[in-house]
Amino acid sequence: MSKFVMMLFDNPADFADFSPEQMQQVVQEYGSWAEQMAKEGKFVSGEKLTEDGGKIIARRGDGITVTDGPFAESKEVLGGIFIIQAASYDDAVEIAKTSPHVKYGASTHVRQIDDV
Amino acid sequence: MTSEHTIDTRVDHLFRHESGRLVASLVAIFGPSRIDLIEDVVQESLVEALRHWRFHGVPENPTAWLTQVGKRRALDVLLRDTTLRRHERDLKARVERLHERSNHDGLDDQLRLMFLCCHPEVPIESRVPLTLKLVGGMGMGEIARAYLVTEPAMAQRLVRAKRAIRDQGISLDMPEESELPGRLHSVLQTVYLLFNEGYAAGEGDAVIQRDRLEEACRLGLMLVRDARTASPAAHALLALMLFHASRLDARCDGSELLLLEDQDRDRWDRALIQQGFRHLGLAQAGAELTTFHLEAGIAAEHTRAASFDQTDWSVIERLYDMLYTNAPSPVVGLNRAVAIAMVHGPDAGLEALDEIGAPRGYVHHAIVRGELLRRAGRTEEAREQLRLAQQMPSSVPQRALIERRLTELGGTQPG
Repeated sequence: MSKFVMMLFDNPADFADFSPEQMQQVVQEYGSWAEQMAKEGKFVSGEKLTEDGGKIIARRGDGITVTDGPFAESKEVLGGIFIIQAASYDDAVEIAKTSPHVKYGASTHVRQIDDV
Repeated sequence: MTSEHTIDTRVDHLFRHESGRLVASLVAIFGPSRIDLIEDVVQESLVEALRHWRFHGVPENPTAWLTQVGKRRALDVLLRDTTLRRHERDLKARVERLHERSNHDGLDDQLRLMFLCCHPEVPIESRVPLTLKLVGGMGMGEIARAYLVTEPAMAQRLVRAKRAIRDQGISLDMPEESELPGRLHSVLQTVYLLFNEGYAAGEGDAVIQRDRLEEACRLGLMLVRDARTASPAAHALLALMLFHASRLDARCDGSELLLLEDQDRDRWDRALIQQGFRHLGLAQAGAELTTFHLEAGIAAEHTRAASFDQTDWSVIERLYDMLYTNAPSPVVGLNRAVAIAMVHGPDAGLEALDEIGAPRGYVHHAIVRGELLRRAGRTEEAREQLRLAQQMPSSVPQRALIERRLTELGGTQPG
């Protein structure tokens, strides 16, 4: 079994006009998905990232610069991550396809954690 | 909906209930003239909760979590809004204490918000939608669907209601003791309307109908929990709603609505019935006899009967007589005629029906008349009446019922 990161991208304007009941539905779908995956030993953890462009630290000449990452209301942003366990890349992709983020998020990137 | 406990603490409406609680607390702080601003703050807070909770689950204490977010967002608004800043110090201090309000479920705030939504200055046709929106946490789209109108049309209606609140400077204070009975009456009528719309609606989204009914019961419970509003009429209204709610599952057979006589009484919810009788008992305090009492009495009588054949129709007839004297509506007149027919035979029922006259195009009237004519052995007239009913606007279950009756009479060809 290997670990994979599901990078969960969002559109910043998503959910803005959802009714409370629709929000409930979304939270429930994510919750039962995580629960089911955990039961099958496939879910490790989930984290939410703050809603900004992040900070970019770069070497420049002799020093280090810190700049704000790009953040545009209209662009996809990395909203959070799930760490999952899967037998193979294909398996990880199959797991990611079942996640409600496919329905509600902008996109999902899957990356393998290289633990060799 | 299986008991008082589950109506009250349904986690599956967490977002709706949290919305109502937060709106109420913030209206208590910012005042009724800033409802739009408050709705924005609450919506943003709920979205923030959603964005977190979908990735790591609903926290142990979602109320505290949301209160914290609501507080921060409200403080942000105070920083941005220059007109608000004039009152800032007081407002800021009150927002800082937001959590104290939710420590007691914020029920007092929600009760006062309910009185605001049902204020006599609020247009009567807006009171239920406004209550659903602000106290019930229902979305504009859901309310519009419940009323079979477009979303912009419903939004317009709510804009007018909020403008009335602002223009009239309606306060959130509980009414003075002398005004309380009148204002409470308006609240009870609104809850009754909400309930009736949910229960009687033949068409529209079934889930939304049920939601409205549950919300009506929740509001009814809220009213009887507060000493100021727990009047006998409030108990009677709650009893009436609980009796009807107990039959909700037995009443639906797929998409068909089953009449009382066709329902499987084992499927009635005993826990809700028990609660209904408890509140009916509490409604007997004092001399007040409202239409809610009479309707609850009728519902209770049906509930007492072990089978349809064992129904004590003479009691029901008497209650309908009183109700018809008090509130002579076509619906009550119709049901009274049915009760009279059960006690004194179809001819007496038809006579009572003729007394109220036939509201043109009222399909339920035509169906009942057709049924009474059939029972009186006037088959040809019954058929004619049902064919007439086929031409009237009706719901899907009503149309199915007419079809069935016509088939039974052996006359399905349209006349």
